[in-house]
Amino acid sequence: MVTTQRKAVALISGGLDSLLAAKAVMEQGVHVEGINFYTGFCVEGHTHAIRKKDKAKPKRNNALWVAEQLGIKLHIVDVIEEYKDIVINPSHGYGQHMNPCLDCKGFMVKKAHQWIEENDFDFIITGEVIGQRPMSQRKDTMPVIARESGAGDLLVRPLCAQHLPPTLPEQEGWLDREQLFDFSGRTRKPQMALAEQYGFEDYAQPAGGCCFLTDAHYSKKIADLWASRGERRYELDDIMLLKVGRHIRPKKHFKLIIGREEGENNFLSGYHKMFATIKTTSHAGPLTLIDGDVNDEDIELAARISARYSQGRTAEKVEVEFTNKQGVSKLIEVVPMPVSQLDEAWQV
Amino acid sequence: MSHYTLDAKRLMCPMPVIRTQDKVAELNVGDTLEVICTDPGALNDIPAWCRINGHEVISSSEDKGDVVITVKVGDA
Ligand code: SF4
Repeated sequence: MVTTQRKAVALISGGLDSLLAAKAVMEQGVHVEGINFYTGFCVEGHTHAIRKKDKAKPKRNNALWVAEQLGIKLHIVDVIEEYKDIVINPSHGYGQHMNPCLDCKGFMVKKAHQWIEENDFDFIITGEVIGQRPMSQRKDTMPVIARESGAGDLLVRPLCAQHLPPTLPEQEGWLDREQLFDFSGRTRKPQMALAEQYGFEDYAQPAGGCCFLTDAHYSKKIADLWASRGERRYELDDIMLLKVGRHIRPKKHFKLIIGREEGENNFLSGYHKMFATIKTTSHAGPLTLIDGDVNDEDIELAARISARYSQGRTAEKVEVEFTNKQGVSKLIEVVPMPVSQLDEAWQV
Repeated sequence: MSHYTLDAKRLMCPMPVIRTQDKVAELNVGDTLEVICTDPGALNDIPAWCRINGHEVISSSEDKGDVVITVKVGDA
């Protein structure tokens, strides 16, 4: 009897669970390829590459690393535009911070489902574990993902399959349910044991989740961005800039993004056509972007704050160059703002 | 066999990889694609992507902040 080799696509986040889930299915003779969705919020690269001090450490993209460990192809899909709606209007709301995990997982599985239909694959694998995450990985929410994504019984979660109703690949005998797993809860021990059994080392173990939206500080900066604009929207540049520099909002209508070191200053300088900038000239100091429309009084305030973060912070006067978006510059002299006047509430 | 270039400057990883992937998908086996980026992370990520997907990096260099990687399209 000739049996066709079944094909599955595995959602690869770069963490251990998706690595193990894909491996468990490969062990059963299924052809597996990986898919990774880039939302703009993923904890990959960026900031590590921006900061000069981090450049010495080789950074890797964990999803690519996982695919290489597994010896499978990886398709990386840019979903930045479509994902905005998930972040801005999640129908199931947010988790602890700005993380719309349930909508996010549903969206990714839906995209994977479209992908298998277009590419003639048979089913979808995720590394979800029942009870592991408070929002998306609960007994009552896991069926929501299967249903709302449209994937239904083509969605296999190998790490906790034995706790869930049999999926089509199990019913059809493409997968042996007995060789799938019954992990549950927040413990990581079974995953670590399985990793050892498969011979995986040096895998990534993201703490909070797979993206910046689970980070309290980052979420606060998004909330500030929306509040100041009076509407909930963002562009890729906005969310990239939220990962860089010191963010200070001295007045409601403008925010300063101040580079913390050379790498960040270089990165920020790439935005000189989109933002007015301030650079200290009499002393070594940061590059500051001004987000918002400013008048002369605001510019002076911005310059004093920037000067506070320069080598001239204790000098009587610091000279700075202000350049508007059109590239027109002027030099101004200001008194660096004393720390005592830097309002805590300005820190975003 | 043709040679192409791709400007991926100012994009942060993994965007240069995604642009490379999407461009390579349009090319033929044996074509070469020169990718120019500014994120040094591409020096790791593009070769890793090539190894996984059966393409070959035929040269890579870094010059004054520009990273240039040339990829030869494989038949995988
Ligand atoms: S942590 Fe981020 S990427 Fe992961 S499911 Fe939640 S929202 Fe999606």
